[in-house]
Amino acid sequence: MKAVTRIHSRTAVLADENIDTDRIIPARFLTTTTRTGLGKLCFHDWRYQADGSDNPAFPLNQPQAQGCSILVAGHNFGCGSSREHAPWALLDYGMQAVLCSEIADIFRGNALKNGLLAIVIDELEHRWLLKHPGIELVIDVREQFIALPDGGRIPFQLEPFARHCLLNGVDQLGYLLQHTDAITRYEQQEKAA
Amino acid sequence: MTAKTLFEKVWDAHVVVPETTDTPAVLYVDLHLVHEVTSPQAFSELRERGLQLRRPDRMLATLDHSTPTLPTNADGTRPYANAEAQAQVAQLETNCREFGVELHGWDSADRGIVHVIGPELGATQPGMTIVCGDSHTSTHGAFGALAFGIGTTEVGHVMATQCLLQRKPKTMAVHVDGRLPQGVGAKDLILHIIGTIGVDGGTGYVLEYRGAAIEALSMDERMTVCNMSIEAGARAGLIAPDETTFTWLKGRPRVPQGATWDAAVERWRTLRSDDSATYDHEVRIDASAVKPTVTYGTHPGMAIAMDAPVPAATNAQERRALDYMKSEAGKPMQGTPVDVVFVGSCTNSRLSDLREAANVLRGRRVADGVRMLVVPGSEAVRRDAEREGLHQVFTAAGAEWRVPGCSMCIAMNGDLAQPGQLVVSTSNRNFEGRQGKGARTVLASPATAAASALAGRIADPREYSTLDNRRQEQAA
Repeated sequence: MKAVTRIHSRTAVLADENIDTDRIIPARFLTTTTRTGLGKLCFHDWRYQADGSDNPAFPLNQPQAQGCSILVAGHNFGCGSSREHAPWALLDYGMQAVLCSEIADIFRGNALKNGLLAIVIDELEHRWLLKHPGIELVIDVREQFIALPDGGRIPFQLEPFARHCLLNGVDQLGYLLQHTDAITRYEQQEKAA
Repeated sequence: MTAKTLFEKVWDAHVVVPETTDTPAVLYVDLHLVHEVTSPQAFSELRERGLQLRRPDRMLATLDHSTPTLPTNADGTRPYANAEAQAQVAQLETNCREFGVELHGWDSADRGIVHVIGPELGATQPGMTIVCGDSHTSTHGAFGALAFGIGTTEVGHVMATQCLLQRKPKTMAVHVDGRLPQGVGAKDLILHIIGTIGVDGGTGYVLEYRGAAIEALSMDERMTVCNMSIEAGARAGLIAPDETTFTWLKGRPRVPQGATWDAAVERWRTLRSDDSATYDHEVRIDASAVKPTVTYGTHPGMAIAMDAPVPAATNAQERRALDYMKSEAGKPMQGTPVDVVFVGSCTNSRLSDLREAANVLRGRRVADGVRMLVVPGSEAVRRDAEREGLHQVFTAAGAEWRVPGCSMCIAMNGDLAQPGQLVVSTSNRNFEGRQGKGARTVLASPATAAASALAGRIADPREYSTLDNRRQEQAA
């Protein structure tokens, strides 16, 4: 995984609550056997009209949302399935961070393992960000705050290991493989029991 | 010794390296279930890194999501929805061959939905840690296993190390007191629970379902309950194993046999929350207040008794959900016209689910204009159902009797509803577009699904037939 230390972007807003993984990427696209090229399918049934043209009512199709890589989403983003295709699609679409008052567990874990910053923020600040799309933010992973244009800061918590992996581009499988001896000992004890 | 919950007992027994402030625990995985959708990228990663599977003997693979549920064509080919689906299945077949994983594929008499066959084969056992790249892995918690869904990156972690990096989740007890009324089942109960605690009420928690009403459930019903834990945001939901569990498991292919079986049962009996164990959160549910329950919106938390008025929207998301569903605030869901009925999925495709639907349908006809699909959860369920003649009940009623698979629950194999159609479905998710773009899903029990197929409208199954009593059935 590539290191992620700082993200600087305007925000795009999808205010709906409970945006589930089927809305992020519909199941019929899960027949892929690779993890690339899913950006064009991201939010597919919301983003396109029946004839394949862009749906002007989809907030991310608005001109002011173009080029935004920070998504502010309604409460409980990413609920539903465990499909890692959801963060793969968001990243390929151009998103680098999702800010929300609550993010579903499996989605959050999947996102962070792929370098998509899934960050939970307080409700009050979340509500404010939902109401102010297009503002310029800087997310500082090391110091764990979001800088607002007026100099204000929104602090956030990241699980320490996830933060460490993001900052240093740590390969988690490589880290796990370092514990091979402990795993072998566990298996031997289990066998003896 | 400190008192522990069931979850803590299972967790503690699988810690390879304890968690610290800076690092998550390294947690050992006993059983890794695999299907075609969430595994190909993980196998590719292994190949790219030159890694092997650490414990292929602890893996079990099957084909279920992308597989057609129509029989083989006359020329021997299978009616896949598209070339990608076929290629994905072929990829898993190749991967399992190359890496030495036991695959219950097309030629297996045990193929089926991953969460149906794990228990059927006795691969699912109390006290285990079980994972799969599939959020409904929570199903296996019905046996007192810690079972949860993982992403594909983690699938790769388990393949290479048989372990996961995990932070210990919080615990929530869901006490279900009293008795379910006659004609009300496990699906009604879990929809009621999710409606009560909310679609995100379990986020960050492992649930433990307990209390008299839970103990009275059959294994099939317990699986239905645990299956939908994720629909309340909880990655896992457990039920302490008891005589019902042991009776159900005994003699299955992968469980210990003979003297080692007795020793295993003795060990499994300790898998109960200690009396003085504490939970991070507790909720109480009165089983006697549960009625036939359905969803009215676009997530499983939007669930109510079918005769209760649909609540008015309180925010934009709820308004959007009611608009999408064409649900009318103030009116009950009962009586809503139905286009499609689906009985199946890892939530409700086991033999007793099919019996429940068949008991309502027997000797009756599905209403004109309603399409009904019945998809057994596994080849074993299909065999058992056909032995009992249930398939004839379904086809005589005008329903389609299909080959096992996930089918219309996730609608990626070509089984889907058309835009605007209303589907009464025994599956687990009523998200927008889940069963086809623009399709409207109402989650319900097999009995409600069957009754609604007959009426052509959402209907109370108690008006058609008394439910078979599964608990007596299993005891017999």
